[in-house]
Amino acid sequence: MSIWEYANPVKFIRTADVLLPWVTLAAVICLVTGLIWGFFFTPEDYRQGSTVKIIYLHVPAAMMAINAWMMMLIASLIWIVRRHHVSALAARAAAPIGAVMTVIGLVTGAIWGQPMWGTWWAWDPRLTVFLILFLFYLGYMALWEAIEDDDTAADLTSILCLVGSVFAVLSRYAVQFWNQGLHQGSSVLRAGAVTGADTGEKVSNVYFMPLMISGIGFVLLFVALVLLRTQTEIRARRSRALLARERMA
Amino acid sequence: MIALLTRDLRLAVRAGGGFGLGLAFFLIVTVLVPFAVGPQTGLLTQIAPGVLWIGALLACLLSLDRIFALDWEDGSLDLLATAPLPMEGIVSVKALAHWITTGLPLVLAAPLLGVLLNLAGPGYLWLFVSLALGTPALSVIGTFGAALTVGLKRGGLLMSLLVLPLYVPTLIFGAEVARRGAEGLAVQTPLLMLAGISFGVTALLPFASAAVLRINLR
Repeated sequence: MSIWEYANPVKFIRTADVLLPWVTLAAVICLVTGLIWGFFFTPEDYRQGSTVKIIYLHVPAAMMAINAWMMMLIASLIWIVRRHHVSALAARAAAPIGAVMTVIGLVTGAIWGQPMWGTWWAWDPRLTVFLILFLFYLGYMALWEAIEDDDTAADLTSILCLVGSVFAVLSRYAVQFWNQGLHQGSSVLRAGAVTGADTGEKVSNVYFMPLMISGIGFVLLFVALVLLRTQTEIRARRSRALLARERMA
Repeated sequence: MIALLTRDLRLAVRAGGGFGLGLAFFLIVTVLVPFAVGPQTGLLTQIAPGVLWIGALLACLLSLDRIFALDWEDGSLDLLATAPLPMEGIVSVKALAHWITTGLPLVLAAPLLGVLLNLAGPGYLWLFVSLALGTPALSVIGTFGAALTVGLKRGGLLMSLLVLPLYVPTLIFGAEVARRGAEGLAVQTPLLMLAGISFGVTALLPFASAAVLRINLR
């Protein structure tokens, strides 16, 4: 039993069919619990008021925006090295989800920023990098759409994904250099904060639990959507192949 | 490789007029800026390094599709691919030819256009240096974009979408060098970063471009 068995589309679809309802259910439960708990049963921050509650959408979405690209990177590498079609399709399936997560992160950040920073947008390193990441997603999806041959498209997009990762990281540091930030550092999970060595600001425990739950909810939601979209892609390709065969006959 | 380089250079100069086009575009962008933001010299001095960098970058971008498109159409790219030259070498030479025909004229013209935008005194040297260091990176990255979209019918717009995000680090460091230079600040750190990016992409990206080109020629 190895993970490469799932490179077989039939096997993948069968497993995904079994997994999908459970993952979806778990995602819904986590999201509903985390968000309702966060929105209605946590106290308001003494300085930020109720706007603090946007953290339950903002942080998980931003986290998934980056992780989705990482997942695409791994899937692309698997495609390049072992040429499993399911892997290429999974990378393709993940891109729009990642793009939407990026938008959610940017929009919720802007809505929070307006009352807190007094501006919708600032050319701050983290904000700028997210915008650039969004552009990378757009380019990646556009390239998939533009090329007709499936295998060529998979090859080209996976190389674009590799190169894009390098440049995304590079932009991250370039932008930092270009402008000092307004966006606060991470206050959720830090090694130092857990062991007590770090005395810096940290999210209070009241907010931490619902944030964790909604974060897990976002991860599960991402997994469910990727499974669903990959299935759809496999079936779409299969139906195209069947139609082509029909025409040939 | 040298034969390929001279062939590309000769084609660029003698046929199609692609040679001066980038330069003319650079000039026009620079001239348009004062119309848009107003002719106050103080403001122009402040934004001159950034505007010149953006202009050079766009001029570079416009000429990218010429790198492979013509060779793709008349089939000479297939011939080159079957030649005993490694694909990485072909890609590097193509990038070099693009830099000599587009990047180098831009570098030389930029200080002159700086006069139009009332660039501050020490800025000329650093604008020149930053463009001289940065435009090779633009050419190499652009060659990757051109190789990605070579077979596509509507490749031009898509290529801009793919290439411009990749240009971000080069633009930031290049414009930072020019800006700091113009304001008389220390330029060493962004200059080193810019040089690092330039040499890094020149060393590594041809492999990606060659891989992409091989896929497209399959």
